[in-house]
Amino acid sequence: MDLRFTEEEIAFRQEVRAFVRAELPASIRDKIAAGRHPSKDDMVRWTRILAAKGWSVPHWPVEWGGTGWSPIKLLIFNDELQKANAPESLVFGTSMVGPVIYTFGSQAQKERFLPRIVDLRDWWCQGFSEPGAGSDLAGLRTTAKRDGAEWVIEGQKTWTTLGQYADWIFVLARTDPGVKKQEGISFFLVDMKSPGVTVRPIQTIDGGHEVNEVFFDAVRVPLDNLVGKENKGWDYAKFLLGNERTGIARVGISKARLARIRQLAMLPTYGDQPKMADPLFRMKLATIEVELKALEMTQMRVIAGERRAEKGKPDPTSSVLKIKGSELQQATTELLMDVVGPYALPFEPEREDGERWNEPPIGPDWAATIAPGYFNTRKVSIYGGSNEIQRSIIAKAILGL
Amino acid sequence: MDFDLNEEQRLIADNVARLMKDRYGFESRKAYRATPLGFSEDLWRQYAELGLLGVPFAEEDGGFGGGAVETMLIMEALGRALALEPYLATVVLAGGLLRRGASAEQRAALVPPIASGDLRLAFAHSERQSGWDLFDVASSARKDGAGYRLNGEKGLVIHGDSAQKLIVSARSAGGRRERGGLGLFLVDASAPGVARRGYATQDGQRAAEITLTDVRVEAHDVVGDPEGAAPAIERAVDEAIAALCAEAVGAMSEAQEITVDYLKTRKQFGVPIGSFQALQHRAADMVVALEQARSMMLLATMSAGDEDAASRGRAISAAKAQIGRSARFIGQQATQLHGGIGMTYEYKLGHLFKRMTMIDMSFGDADAHLRRLSEGDSLFA
Repeated sequence: MDLRFTEEEIAFRQEVRAFVRAELPASIRDKIAAGRHPSKDDMVRWTRILAAKGWSVPHWPVEWGGTGWSPIKLLIFNDELQKANAPESLVFGTSMVGPVIYTFGSQAQKERFLPRIVDLRDWWCQGFSEPGAGSDLAGLRTTAKRDGAEWVIEGQKTWTTLGQYADWIFVLARTDPGVKKQEGISFFLVDMKSPGVTVRPIQTIDGGHEVNEVFFDAVRVPLDNLVGKENKGWDYAKFLLGNERTGIARVGISKARLARIRQLAMLPTYGDQPKMADPLFRMKLATIEVELKALEMTQMRVIAGERRAEKGKPDPTSSVLKIKGSELQQATTELLMDVVGPYALPFEPEREDGERWNEPPIGPDWAATIAPGYFNTRKVSIYGGSNEIQRSIIAKAILGL
Repeated sequence: MDFDLNEEQRLIADNVARLMKDRYGFESRKAYRATPLGFSEDLWRQYAELGLLGVPFAEEDGGFGGGAVETMLIMEALGRALALEPYLATVVLAGGLLRRGASAEQRAALVPPIASGDLRLAFAHSERQSGWDLFDVASSARKDGAGYRLNGEKGLVIHGDSAQKLIVSARSAGGRRERGGLGLFLVDASAPGVARRGYATQDGQRAAEITLTDVRVEAHDVVGDPEGAAPAIERAVDEAIAALCAEAVGAMSEAQEITVDYLKTRKQFGVPIGSFQALQHRAADMVVALEQARSMMLLATMSAGDEDAASRGRAISAAKAQIGRSARFIGQQATQLHGGIGMTYEYKLGHLFKRMTMIDMSFGDADAHLRRLSEGDSLFA
């Protein structure tokens, strides 16, 4: 047993760190560090910088642009990018539909779609949740019916993150209403420019526009755009949802936020003393750091265990990472509220492209994003299988209840 | 990064687990606890035969040259069984002081009888007023010829009532709460001037309040520098905390398993109560708390050998804080999930709950360690 990183892993960390320091544009880095959202252009620009290095989809098979790195190296890579305030990759392509296509798709689908995910030529979004199918995803009602050489999709999806920028959407639709609900679902790739696709924004409590409703009104999809086998879509969906076992904890992001908290808490924002002089605040900070340190170790244990685990089978321990990771993302955004204090109040809407508002700041120039960030981060214990769903997974899959 | 055990470590873990399974049923434990010693001397000899008592000592001193990982494995198994023997007091804590502070001659005289099970030691350190302050020591060591005379009152000396020898901390210089000026002195428990009042602790273990009146210590029984024992004390206590973290994780794991079994077998409203979501989610939260604790146990184990006292102390404090919080949570949840049965003295769970709670109350509770962390650098610095 040895919890130290190897020389090679340490050298690799240095290499990634040096690369990010040299290549991540300062404007993007500062935007992320300040708690603002990267624009579409920022995402594309950064993904192409990574792609030029061969690092935009490091977890993929080498054949399709991956790196062949060990799970530990992937962890180090993600940790360094997150700590350096790089934008997260567009997971709908890189961690969701990409792995589904290279695992279950046809050769033609692989050749057509995968290279365009690698450099973000195609912006993907996710068509899973529906107004009546949230935690009970298999209860979805969007249908796909065969009509000659095409499928015709009818229905509505919701909570479609960044769908406003999307070129493509992957859609779960019911293809056999006569069987058990999980057994009549298929997985489709749909061009967002298809006639009958309508995107409507949903404004969230922070005032932002991240998510959308997507309507399908007799949308015609070529037969070739069905992934894998008809009526096997639920298996692919489960694969997709269980695929991201460890990134879900977002330890690096919470670490970057703690670093920001420490930095802001040293500023003489109010009165004679910085926030850091408040012992109660320091106790809260220490408590969160301890939990995050433990989570970092738990994540490494899960990754070490993955070497032995069956490939492609979701590890229920990832539910532990999801619960604790989301709680800590929320705890850190809440702690930022302690730091900002009374100047949490002014509401300064962020422009949709993520660029800074033109007005001069009200109060400290770092204050405006903090309350919206706190409100926005409540989503992390709701999406990706709510924390209550994760608890039920633990109860059943780990404890056998 | 490697979490696997080597062959020898797996063997140790298997051996202890087997011994505990064979000899540490809950009823047997009750019988051991009822003896005047409060534990089983017979089992102590078994520990010696299995080589457990010599594990952390160097081979040249008569030990087996094991490290923190081996100690962790043993302590976790002892924690599961709620073992009562003075392993922590003798091997880990007093043993740690000998490893870090004693001369080669002292180690040659003491380690072999410890390893053979013939000598049990206790560390008489904390005092009535100390609280969690490791250096709040008022007991005095006055120079007396080539040796010393000790005076003072020691409290909460773990297994101090059954130890044959005590390692006593006392001040040969400096003010009451100073780090400097502390010495360690080897004292026969039956020496003139030593008065012991033994008692049971909440968790069924034993401790003693010890009064020292003009206790004479010969020069060869001074352990290390009589004014500079602080680093050895800190080091031994950090190692003891790492070991206690493992014991607590063992107790928490056992509590978790007992609870899940109970949820599967206890029926109400015609169904196993584990089918109710309100209870499932509590049990799931216990899993999260236990995984976090286990992770920090590993961090403590890996950090126990760190020569840099500051970074070692940060890791140990972080681990102790996490384990204390997890222990309270798991103990409380497990009791609630059992309902009335969890409240009964005749059932193992309550005793696990008490042991893990008392571990939180030893060597600094969760808040004390969080405070220590809150006054220093980031854990991620």
